[in-house]
Amino acid sequence: MTASVSIQSVFQRYGTAVALDAVSLEIAAGEFVVLLGPSGCGKTTLLNIIGGFAEPTSGQVLIGGRDMAGVAPKDRPTTTVFQDYALFPHMSLRDNVGFGLRMRGVSRGDRAAKADAMLALVGLEGRGDRRPHELSGGQRQRVALARALAVEPDVLLLDEPLGALDLKLRRQMQDELKAIQRRVGTTFVHVTHDQEEAMAIADRIVVMNGGRVEDFGPPRQVYLQPKSLFAANFMGEVNLVPVVGGRAPFGPVPVDDGTLCLRPEAISATGSLHIGLCRVEDVAFFGTHVRAHVTPLTAPDLRLVVHLPQSLAVEVGMVLDLGAESHVVLNG
Amino acid sequence: MRALSWAYLALAYAFVFLPVVVLVVFSFQDGRLPVPPLRGFTLDWYAKVLADRKLMAALVNSLLVAALSSAVALVLGFLAAHALARVRLPGSALLRGVLIAPMTVSYLIIALGLLSLFNQIGIRPSLLAAGIGHVVINLPLCFAITYAAMGDHQKNAERAARDLGAPEWKVLALVSAPMLAAPLAAAFFLSVTFSWDEFIIAFLLTRFDVTLPVEIWSMLRSGLSPATNAVGSLVFLVSVTLVILLEILVFRRSK
Repeated sequence: MTASVSIQSVFQRYGTAVALDAVSLEIAAGEFVVLLGPSGCGKTTLLNIIGGFAEPTSGQVLIGGRDMAGVAPKDRPTTTVFQDYALFPHMSLRDNVGFGLRMRGVSRGDRAAKADAMLALVGLEGRGDRRPHELSGGQRQRVALARALAVEPDVLLLDEPLGALDLKLRRQMQDELKAIQRRVGTTFVHVTHDQEEAMAIADRIVVMNGGRVEDFGPPRQVYLQPKSLFAANFMGEVNLVPVVGGRAPFGPVPVDDGTLCLRPEAISATGSLHIGLCRVEDVAFFGTHVRAHVTPLTAPDLRLVVHLPQSLAVEVGMVLDLGAESHVVLNG
Repeated sequence: MRALSWAYLALAYAFVFLPVVVLVVFSFQDGRLPVPPLRGFTLDWYAKVLADRKLMAALVNSLLVAALSSAVALVLGFLAAHALARVRLPGSALLRGVLIAPMTVSYLIIALGLLSLFNQIGIRPSLLAAGIGHVVINLPLCFAITYAAMGDHQKNAERAARDLGAPEWKVLALVSAPMLAAPLAAAFFLSVTFSWDEFIIAFLLTRFDVTLPVEIWSMLRSGLSPATNAVGSLVFLVSVTLVILLEILVFRRSK
């Protein structure tokens, strides 16, 4: 079961504070969309509005073409995986996962079978009789996922579901989440502030800031061709170089005026956008690459972050001839 | 120093329990008066008490009033606590205060108020009237205990239950109440013990069918007898049983 989600110029105000400012999104059925942004950017508010836990001040939410105005969470074709899991501690895992089916009047035997199948889907086969407190954080998260998927929602909402897990487990769960989404085909709307997580799992990323959508597109596009300086900065490290009258501080560049955005890994000895000779100021070995700060000889006030291949023996004081392989120019 | 501490502890316990010990010891008195010296050991008084129809009827009445009034107080207190913990209402703090306020009013005043009110609206002094009185005194207790136990943990689970399609009464019955099982049981057992021991309200609000404390009071008016000690010991035994049940069922489990 799956459905599209259409958000049409949604505003949310709390007194004078604006939590959502004219947000419009079209999410296709079966898509894995990640709402990404810093805390307070409105991503959780938007998720709550889709789930029916909050009503927007104005604007429309359509799920599968149906207007959701005034529809309570329990009557929406959505379910939510909460950040703190919100499992029922007094119930076995089987009863937790089967709870939604119980509310829909499914018989005890049928919901036990379905619950066991869902537990197997998330890798907890044969543990239906356990209680939530016997599980680790990652396992609880899986149960919460199984519980939300058991009722076959059209849209699954995930509120920073991996936020409480340690880094290694989080990366592992990302892969599983993506695999499970592929198998069930449900539309997933996932909230996070971790841009690596977003890129790992999303079909499309919504970058949000200050209640507005800054950018919306596939990970590659949002990373390489961001539509705003905020999106460029939030998706990863970036060098921002002002360009005025066709000139950057280090010399003339063949781009429009604005802010030239250069990713550290796009700067190399072979890049076509010529930067010129740069002196290495400091160096650190990062395993996958060598991270260095360099200053163009022609612009002593400019410091650029570059990621150089790990094979390159770089030392402080060396002078390299560098250029950018890809770039984007933004205004503002 | 250490010996002194132990002596202090022993004295403190003696101070608290000596009256009960004396009561229990002289319920076995082989004689007509429950005063020293102890003349011998007999179970006659217990036999007499257990054969006393009026006393046994009062005991059953007491158990009924305690169980039913506590159940009602618990349900009302839980619903009020849940509402005030979950929904932001204008004047929430005032509403909470007003709910807890009866705790500070003496039972005598509550009994007098109920007596004149019941007269007005035509409820005769009866077990029902006493039971209503006990709901009045135990509701604040049940409310305070359950309100203090409500936290964000349950709030999120309730949200999840609604999200999964549970109507409000099922959220309360299947998620909120079971998650608060320990404090709810504590509130219930405490209410039962308070109702079981309560005298003034029961005295003023009952007439023909009475509760055990009222029956004991009328026994005492005809003079001291080891029989009253025997009844007192039985009452004490029930209270102790309730406290032990509370300990085993609630506090052990929640550890």
